[in-house]
Amino acid sequence: MIVVEDLVKRFGRQTVLNNVSLSCRVGDCIALIGPNGCGKTTLIKSLLGMVVPDSGLISFENEPIKRHWKYREKIGYMPQIGRYPDNMTIGQVLDMMIDIRKSSSRKLDEELVEAFGLNDLRQKRMRTLSGGTRQKVSACLAFMFNPPVLILDEPTAGLDPLSAEILKEKIQKEKAAGKLVLITSHILSDLDELITSIIYMQEGKVVFHKGIETLYTETGCDRLGKAIAAIMRNS
Amino acid sequence: MKKIIKYVIIDILRSRIVIGFTLFLLLLSTSVFLLEDNSAKGILSLLNVVLIVVPLVGILFSSIYVYNSAEFLELLVSQPLRRRSIWLSIFLGLSVSLTLSFLVGAGLPILFFESSATGLLMVISGALLINIFVAIALLITSLVRDKAKGIGVVMLLWLYFSLLFDGIILFLVFQFSEYPLEKALIGVIALNPIDLSRILILLKMDVSALMGYTGAIFKDFFGTPFGIIFSAISLFIWIVIPVWLSVRRFNKKDL
Repeated sequence: MIVVEDLVKRFGRQTVLNNVSLSCRVGDCIALIGPNGCGKTTLIKSLLGMVVPDSGLISFENEPIKRHWKYREKIGYMPQIGRYPDNMTIGQVLDMMIDIRKSSSRKLDEELVEAFGLNDLRQKRMRTLSGGTRQKVSACLAFMFNPPVLILDEPTAGLDPLSAEILKEKIQKEKAAGKLVLITSHILSDLDELITSIIYMQEGKVVFHKGIETLYTETGCDRLGKAIAAIMRNS
Repeated sequence: MKKIIKYVIIDILRSRIVIGFTLFLLLLSTSVFLLEDNSAKGILSLLNVVLIVVPLVGILFSSIYVYNSAEFLELLVSQPLRRRSIWLSIFLGLSVSLTLSFLVGAGLPILFFESSATGLLMVISGALLINIFVAIALLITSLVRDKAKGIGVVMLLWLYFSLLFDGIILFLVFQFSEYPLEKALIGVIALNPIDLSRILILLKMDVSALMGYTGAIFKDFFGTPFGIIFSAISLFIWIVIPVWLSVRRFNKKDL
């Protein structure tokens, strides 16, 4: 569904993405893992067209995304740090996004809005929100339009245990519905039950892209954290 | 695209600065006309407000607005929207609200107290000027990432257009006073929208005699239909080119 070929991105002299190639299919739930600053967020932002790569090709459903924008209707994106206009209230942000993105064919998915209890906070201004509440707004927006692809950048960072659990259940449910889910996270224990394969990145390169079962048999571990630690030690 | 323009305008109105600017202009222009017994004098006093203050507010407000909307832009870019329409909506939102503010604040009093061709010309050129400076602000904000640096550049540009350019022209005219520069000056003046508007309005006021021989040359050129069309096109180019360049830049920008 998403294919990336030889993607290169430089910020000044620093090469953030160095010949990244990968492919994701429908129904996958992929964890994007790697040390800080290895280019995960840049890769995700390139998929969304927020960062324009220097060279290489990204295609979405066999269509190159360069200069296209329609494909983003099929993506729900939850940013690492959700930044919203300070003067708007939660309700206004939600209504605005619905107004901009709504298509009559798809029904709105407001499960998370209810589960997080955001309807009681509709009058609060974005400026006054805590990091966790902001994160909840981002999560609601990502799932709201029922997109076939979900891209979640550190979804559980900053959420309290209860909300993190709600979010994980929601991801589980969408995965079962056959959606492509791409998650980055440093909390590997969160990913254990969710994912089907792993992309491990280091210094702007994809080190490997493997199914989780293969990874476990190769390393002889049965937990994600241990398996990744074993790999990092060996390299 | 209409929806984004709507949200941009709502956002601008919520900040109340534009409303304050409208009231300021309204108060200023009405009191100028009420204090002067001759409305032509009032127009002359307002000329400097239109040529100096209006561009300053236009360029400063727009650039600060775009820098402060960085989050909003980031949010929109990750949505299924064309980048070009996001950027043009920001331009149109700023342009509509500031033009309206100018028309209500300065346009209405001018047309009420001095409903002549001069008054009309002043309102039209003021409205064009504010759009030109919104366009220039958008170009700078798309090029310069850092807010403090960007606002510095914007202030320098405003200073250049309203003061430095005149100084350079004066210097050139004195240096080359032996040569017949008057015709060439017409072309050079089109490089500065503020000067172009000032000359158009002054000529309409029939004070061109004060400008000596150069004034006569200007009158010969800008007084003709061709001259008017030339200036109108120049002013429009001053809006279109910066906006076009900024759209191209924004299309390739990393957010």
